[in-house]
Amino acid sequence: MIETIALCKNFGDLEVLRGITETVRNGEVISVIGPSGSGKSTFLRCLNLLESPTSGTVVFDGVSLTDRGVDLNLHRQKMGMVFQHFNVFPHLTVLQNITLAPVLLKKRSRPDAEAYARELLARVGLSDKAQEHPRRLSGGQKQRLAIVRALAMDPEVMLFDEPTSALDPEMVGEVLQVIKNLVLQGMTCVIVTHEMGFAREVSSRVLFMDEGRIEEQGSPEELFDRPRSPRTQAFLSKVLR
Amino acid sequence: MFDNFGPNIARVLEKYWGLFLQGAGYTLLLSFITVFFGTILGSALALMRRSRFKPANALATGYVELMRGTPLLLQLYFFYFMLPELLPLLNLSKFACVSIALVFNSAAYVCEIVRAGIQAVDPGQTEAARTLGLSARQAMTRIVLPQAVKNILPALGNEFVTVIKETSLASTFFVGDLMTQYSTVRGTMFLVLEPLVVVGVIYFLLTFFLSKLVNSLERRMKASD
Repeated sequence: MIETIALCKNFGDLEVLRGITETVRNGEVISVIGPSGSGKSTFLRCLNLLESPTSGTVVFDGVSLTDRGVDLNLHRQKMGMVFQHFNVFPHLTVLQNITLAPVLLKKRSRPDAEAYARELLARVGLSDKAQEHPRRLSGGQKQRLAIVRALAMDPEVMLFDEPTSALDPEMVGEVLQVIKNLVLQGMTCVIVTHEMGFAREVSSRVLFMDEGRIEEQGSPEELFDRPRSPRTQAFLSKVLR
Repeated sequence: MFDNFGPNIARVLEKYWGLFLQGAGYTLLLSFITVFFGTILGSALALMRRSRFKPANALATGYVELMRGTPLLLQLYFFYFMLPELLPLLNLSKFACVSIALVFNSAAYVCEIVRAGIQAVDPGQTEAARTLGLSARQAMTRIVLPQAVKNILPALGNEFVTVIKETSLASTFFVGDLMTQYSTVRGTMFLVLEPLVVVGVIYFLLTFFLSKLVNSLERRMKASD
């Protein structure tokens, strides 16, 4: 579904990604773990070209997104993204947050879009918040709204950029549960996370990134229980205790 | 000299209150024209400064630097003498020339107000909009600008207050504003300080209450965030 070929990204002199060739297949749930500064988030943000790669190719559904003249906006509609800091739209109500893009870009009628939005809100337990402004929501509720906003576009894949890192501890669970439900429904996901227990539970594959490369990858059991690379071992011994 | 200060002020007010009222009207009109058209021109400049088209950006940047780096009085003189030479057929009035000068000056400041207002919106907002598939233009008009307006409007109110005071420089060309009326009254009554105090109080009242208005507007905008 998504394929990166020799993906490199520099910020000035800093090489953040040093040649990543990787494939995300349909139905896969991939967790990306690694120390901070290892390039996990940048890798994720290159998948929908939120960061444009310095070199290399990103192919999505057979279309090379890194080619000139590609209608990125069209392809981004099919890739939902959830951010660490939610980025919900504060000037719109919860319902408007969700319906804006479907009505504007998919030309869905407002009643249709609202009905679908309410259905999605019910699934994440936010039915009673439809008419509220996001300022009245807790962090966990904002993040659930952000997930629903992305889902309303019926994406083929969801990209999560540390979705629980900015949350108070008591709200992490509710957001992870929403993501878990998505996974159970068969959504293809790429999740950058520091929640090792969660990564182990939901992932079909785990990538360990270090210094802009994928140092090691495998099933959760392989990577967490029998890491081969000394770097992976060192990282895991620090975070798993 | 201060013997008849109180009675003199009363005399000035009694005789010329209509003139002062008219002056205050002109000052407000001039300020309104300045900020209104300054906002239109300033917003266009801000768009140019954000544009990826280098010449547009350079032009706007140069313009803003020039207007902010030279005295307003100099600009007033420049436009006052240049415009009739440049556009003799339009037969521009003094008031028009001075207004245009003030507009061109204010636009430079408004440009920075608009730019700062847009920059103050969290870049994450644009990112979220773009990942949903919105184009850069849609993200700007649907997501960024509605939020930027909350930063921009109060700052424009403050610009209005500033401009009210700056229009006093326009009296150099006797355009009928408050300061012009001061000169008139001073000349006819041979009083220097008394009419100055009257005009000062009027300026203060104008700016004081407008500032209060802007502040309450600002508070309400913050509350609705």
